[in-house]
Amino acid sequence: MIAALEVTPAWYLILGALLFSIGAFGLLVRRNPLVMFMCVELMLNAVTLTFVTFSRTLQDTGGQSIVVFVLVVAAAEVVVGLAIIVALLRKRPHATADDIALLEG
Amino acid sequence: MTDLVWLIPALPLAGFLVLVLLGRRLGEPGAGWLATAMCGGSFLATLVVYAGLLGEDEHDRSVVKTLFEWIPVGDLQVDIGFLADPLSITMALFVTGVGTLIHLYSIGYMHGDRDFPKFFVYLNLFIFSMLMLVLGSNMLVTFIGWEGVGACSYLLISFWFTNEANASAGKKAFVTNRIGDWGFLLAIFLAFSSLGTIDYAGVTAGAEGLPAVTATAIGLLLFVGAVGKSAQIPLYLWLPDAMAGPTPVSALIHAATMVTGGVFLMTRVNPILAAGYDWAPDVIAWVGVITALVAATIAVAQNDIKKVLAYSTVSQLGYMFLAVGVGAYVAAIFHMVTHAFFKALLFLGSGSVIHGMHDEQDMRRMGGLRKLMPVTAATFIVGWLAISGVPPFSGFFSKDEILLYAWGSGGVQGKLLWGIGLLTALLTAFYMSRQVFMVFFGEPRWNDPVPVAVGGGGSDAPADDLGEAATDADAVEVADHGEHGDRIEPHESPWLMTLPLVVLAVLAATAEIINLPFSGDLHFLGHWLEPVLGENEAHIDVATGTKVALAVVAIIAAVTGILVASLIYLRRRVKAVEPRVLAHAWYYDETVTRFVGGPGTKAFEAVAWFDAHVIDGAVNGVATLVRTSGRGLRTVQSGFVRSYALGISAGVVVVLGYFLTRLYI
Repeated sequence: MIAALEVTPAWYLILGALLFSIGAFGLLVRRNPLVMFMCVELMLNAVTLTFVTFSRTLQDTGGQSIVVFVLVVAAAEVVVGLAIIVALLRKRPHATADDIALLEG
Repeated sequence: MTDLVWLIPALPLAGFLVLVLLGRRLGEPGAGWLATAMCGGSFLATLVVYAGLLGEDEHDRSVVKTLFEWIPVGDLQVDIGFLADPLSITMALFVTGVGTLIHLYSIGYMHGDRDFPKFFVYLNLFIFSMLMLVLGSNMLVTFIGWEGVGACSYLLISFWFTNEANASAGKKAFVTNRIGDWGFLLAIFLAFSSLGTIDYAGVTAGAEGLPAVTATAIGLLLFVGAVGKSAQIPLYLWLPDAMAGPTPVSALIHAATMVTGGVFLMTRVNPILAAGYDWAPDVIAWVGVITALVAATIAVAQNDIKKVLAYSTVSQLGYMFLAVGVGAYVAAIFHMVTHAFFKALLFLGSGSVIHGMHDEQDMRRMGGLRKLMPVTAATFIVGWLAISGVPPFSGFFSKDEILLYAWGSGGVQGKLLWGIGLLTALLTAFYMSRQVFMVFFGEPRWNDPVPVAVGGGGSDAPADDLGEAATDADAVEVADHGEHGDRIEPHESPWLMTLPLVVLAVLAATAEIINLPFSGDLHFLGHWLEPVLGENEAHIDVATGTKVALAVVAIIAAVTGILVASLIYLRRRVKAVEPRVLAHAWYYDETVTRFVGGPGTKAFEAVAWFDAHVIDGAVNGVATLVRTSGRGLRTVQSGFVRSYALGISAGVVVVLGYFLTRLYI
């Protein structure tokens, strides 16, 4: 029984798709900037998981090296994004993403 | 020594700048002397450069001195540079030489004028611009000078702008010249697009390789510019009105220098004319000779002393274009030089008369002045003999050379050109004798009652030359003219004014030595200009006997003109015939005015409407389109982060859907 449940790459891909969908859904429905930010992180990590999976399946290290790049960029993005969100919430503790629609055309 | 060429225009420019800043403080006569010194210094610098060129080998007499790079854009390379070669230095010599004399004269003539320093500001600026025109090493520098002299001409014609007639005469000159400038500009564009350069060196070198069509187009467009600047048919009508300016201005700008700019330009681009179709020079010759004849007929019936000289100038410029048209460039330049001397002399003489007569310009109110103004009269008579073509004065030789080349250009056309030129010479002798007899001989008439205007051609002149008293030489106002009650007492002018007259009279009498026809060795001007003209100077094949016969015929024509004039105006044996149509200058001016005032204005209004609605409409339409679509699109930019996220998600779904359907269907 257990042997039949061999973890194939498809599992990882499905997990990645699920994570991405959860992140995208959360981004669309939630208004708390912090939660939205976490959803974005979730989507990013879903993508890195997919990259790693394909890298292993196809025996190509290119996918893994891209993951390293994504991590670096994500770290930078977290620094900037969190700083903005913290500054925003300090000023207006209960602000939602819709309250800060200042950059309209 | 040719390195000093930059100094030639720099000195008048310095004079201009100093006078602009300090002119009022220098006042009279300091400002005048400073301006004269600058112009004289420029003349000396020209002499030095001339000596330097003489020292060079004949084929190296073309020195380009580049001051700085002006417009380097892609292939277009325009430098501020000066070209010192025989042609430009010849021009610069007589521009600065005659210019200095006229500066000197102006100190006396403008005495007591409210704007004495301003006059010399303009005069120095004019000399600077004129030198840029003749010395420029490419067409654009020439064009700067070309526009500069036009602007100075405008400023000086309307120098006494409080009189509206003077102001509008300046405007007329400026606007008419713009038509010519249009042709000049197009010629520069065309030269650049077809030759890739507007340097005279490059144009001269590349002219031979040009297609005949292009060369003809460039040549004729430049000729349009020359027609405007040098007052030829159909654009001559600004020059007679330009006499509204002070008389020294008429002498300097509208007789000796600026108006010869067109002739200079055509001579400068002689390789272009040579590379074009054969009929292009014929057009120039015919325009020139017809202008010469028409202007001479008009001059016959003018009563304003300056108008006679103005039409005479138009006529003489026509001779120069005739010379250019038949390829006699040397004769054109020769006549330009002698004309500069004797016409400047005549204008300054007329200024002296006007000055002595207390601003009277109507010749019918003069007469017998030779006893009261002996120096003016003697010098004026020299000028008269020179322009009439009486040997051995300079005008005879230069005019005769033009007529000879016209005859020698061959065929029926050559004979026709010669015939019209000869008729013009006869008329020239006639109207100049008429002027001399009316002004200097006969009975004094200045205290007579006002003559009833016969023609009226002269009486509507914006005369008032010193900006005082009467506003018009209107027949009624002339009656109580003059500052000393009703009596006018003519007097000789001060030495400042007579000295330039004497110098110019000597030059007008002897200038022929630069190009005597008797033997090849005496053709100094011809040899001097040879490097510039090369093979493009016409070579005529006329037997010596024919040459002598032509000269004799020309002398007979001149003497006939003088004799007829003396019968009519001196001995009063024959009643004068001065048809109204001639006094009104063939009604050309009136016709143009009526046309421009009527259908012309309507056409211009239509063009303005087209510009405002169609051209501007297209431009504004594009802007409006962009603005409206932008206004529509900006609603998308709501500022809600989640709606952007939704948009991105929807976009991803669409793109994914597209690729998936492509994969599986």
